[in-house]
Amino acid sequence: MVKVTYVAHDGTRTELEGDPGDSVMSLAIANGLDGIVGECGGSMMCATCHCYVDDDWQAATGARMDGEEDMLESAVCEVTGRSRLSCQITLSEALDGLVVHLPEEQV
Amino acid sequence: MSAGRVVIIGAGQGGLQAAMSLRQEGHSGPITLIGGEPGLPYQRPALSKAFLKTGEADKLALRPESFFATKDITLRTGEWVDAIDREAGVVRVGAEALPFDHLILATGTRNLRPAIPGIDRALDLRTLDDAAALRAALDRPRKVAVIGGGFIGLEFAAVAAGLGHEVSVAEAAPRLMARAVSPEMSRRFRELHEALGTALHLANGVTEVTETGLTLADGTEIAGDLVLLAAGVRPNTELAEAAGLEIANGIAVDAELRTRDPRIFALGDCAAFPEPGSGRRIRLESVQAATDHARAIARTIGTGTATPYAAVPWFWSDQSNLKLQIAGLADPTDDSVTLEDGAVLRFRDGRLTAVETINNAKIHMKARRLLAAAPVPTRDSLLQRNYDLTAA
Repeated sequence: MVKVTYVAHDGTRTELEGDPGDSVMSLAIANGLDGIVGECGGSMMCATCHCYVDDDWQAATGARMDGEEDMLESAVCEVTGRSRLSCQITLSEALDGLVVHLPEEQV
Repeated sequence: MSAGRVVIIGAGQGGLQAAMSLRQEGHSGPITLIGGEPGLPYQRPALSKAFLKTGEADKLALRPESFFATKDITLRTGEWVDAIDREAGVVRVGAEALPFDHLILATGTRNLRPAIPGIDRALDLRTLDDAAALRAALDRPRKVAVIGGGFIGLEFAAVAAGLGHEVSVAEAAPRLMARAVSPEMSRRFRELHEALGTALHLANGVTEVTETGLTLADGTEIAGDLVLLAAGVRPNTELAEAAGLEIANGIAVDAELRTRDPRIFALGDCAAFPEPGSGRRIRLESVQAATDHARAIARTIGTGTATPYAAVPWFWSDQSNLKLQIAGLADPTDDSVTLEDGAVLRFRDGRLTAVETINNAKIHMKARRLLAAAPVPTRDSLLQRNYDLTAA
């Protein structure tokens, strides 16, 4: 199991456990977490699963995927160097303990 | 903040989005979401793409069961609405009458089944059950014959060919995806499918589904021990029509997505709505239209302020290693300008109507923004930039 902590814009922390291979987006959706919409189901057609990867996890999550940066341009909240589409972060044992922060809005 | 009783007929992605958005808008009244298919609302786009390969049905649920209790949304699936009684202000489900103050029709579409001999032999690809049956049928080498060269048929054909099956596609129109893309893009995808080893039969409609495959208009026989019917859909308008609402290739609604009964809205695949800008009535079959419609309706109900619908349409299709992205909405006869990287710009009356790209999210996103601008860029202004959208 891979533990992921989602920190909502108001500071609320939600800890979820997923399987390797799940995405940070799909784990949130499967648990009904507010704050991630995931409208296109992970097809990289929208930016409604925007998250900010915690500073401590930048290296482990790696670089943005091909095309991800372009889709992030349509995110409604500020895009920073920490911004990722959470559908493009695939859980692995190496990401156990991952912390992501969520924007105020996704749509 | 609104507090009336909302009933939503149709628990697909649009119906669910309407329920979720109503809560986000602060709607405090009861929300009942009724769906004909059993189980939780799920994503359809993946059924003709990733799901065929992975078979992971549990990954398709749009929200978990617990979500509905948390949001106080009454989810009733596996139930069919019998009638809308506008006079009584109720929706009838069997002997039960559900009162509504606002009613949202999200009834979607169903597959067109052309009246040709043997059509019952052909399988559909619309529901999770359909997709699971197709996936199971692909467990041994098959001769796959697909009726219809649109998005669904071609996505399925690409997966089947990729798995090593022998695939044929029969399309009545002279080119692939003829309603949705430019002739140039049709050609590009024709090349893709031919390279995958798929036999394409264009301008050659199916006249019969036989025990051994398909018979085409020109007499050609195609071998097929697995036949998929993917010849388009028709909107589910019967409930609305029986209730005396206007039907025009879909449930007719105004710019606020209301029918002529101000309590009743329609969204997504089943709704015929005025295209922002042109005002002509259109009907779109896409996640984008369903969810953006849902949000606009939720805002109208939730805030009491009419919210005209104005989003730029977008579509996508994954076929083999090509991701086709379309921003905007072109007519089949709109002009085309093909750029060096294969992107196609569409124009009507000198204005940009749509941009078709392959594996190019940057241009796609840029196009969405350009098409949202008022006024939309002219062909001349784009030509002056050598059609470089990133410079526009």
